[in-house]
Amino acid sequence: MSVKILYFAGLREALGIGSETLELPAGVATVGTLRDWLVGLGRERLASAKNLRCAVNQEMGGPETAVRDGDEVAFFPPVTGG
Amino acid sequence: MTVRVQEADFDLNAELTALRAGDARVGALASFVGLVRDINDGAGVSEITLEHYPGMTERALEAIVDEAKTRWDLYGVLVIHRVGPLRPCDQIVLVAVTSAHRGEAFAACEFIMDYLKTRAPFWKREATPDGARWVDAREADDSAAARWQKEDS
Repeated sequence: MSVKILYFAGLREALGIGSETLELPAGVATVGTLRDWLVGLGRERLASAKNLRCAVNQEMGGPETAVRDGDEVAFFPPVTGG
Repeated sequence: MTVRVQEADFDLNAELTALRAGDARVGALASFVGLVRDINDGAGVSEITLEHYPGMTERALEAIVDEAKTRWDLYGVLVIHRVGPLRPCDQIVLVAVTSAHRGEAFAACEFIMDYLKTRAPFWKREATPDGARWVDAREADDSAAARWQKEDS
C-alpha cells in the first residue's frame, strides 16, 4: 500500500525533505511500525527526535494508530503556535 | 469564517465589530491578541517565521472552537492565526468570543488559547544574533491546557 508522509518544522529541516510518497511493505500498518521502518531507511532523526508527534489524515494519533492505503501520515515536533 | 489562517495582518477593531454586529443578545465580548516579542529565552529576536500544516491547522482550530461551544454558551467565536514571516510588535493571533455574560466569554477565550497552544499545528522559528532556531514547546503550555481537563473530572 502507498501512503503520503509529511514532515514539518525542525524535523523537515533535519531530514531535508517535506513530503514523500512511499510503498509500504507488508507488516507496516501502524504509525509505530511505520516510524521504525522509516528509521531503517535512514531517517534516523525520527528515532532521536524528542516528543515526536504524529497525525494520520490530519487527526492527532499515536504509535498504535492504524495506517491504511492512501493515508496521509505526518510527523512533527511539539507545536509552538499562538 | 470562524477560523482563519492567513499571512495578512488583521484589523482588530473591524474584526471585533463584525463579530458582534447586530446581535443584541451579546453582553460580553472577550478577546486575546498574541504579539511577537523581541526577546525569547534570553536572546534578541529580530524576526519569526510561522510554519503550519495546511488543512490540519484549520481542522484542529475548528475542533477546539466546537469543544468550547459545548462547554459554554457562546454566540460567536473568531480565531485568526497568522503564518509566514513576522517582526516584533506584529500581531500573531486573535481569539474573540461573544456571550451573554463575561464569565463565559473570559473562560472560553482562555480555553481556546490554551488548547491552540498545544493542539494546533503551528511552529515558530526565530531569527537571533546567533542564527535561526526552532522554538521549543513549553511545559507551562501543557499544564495550562491540562487544567481544563482536570476541571471536568
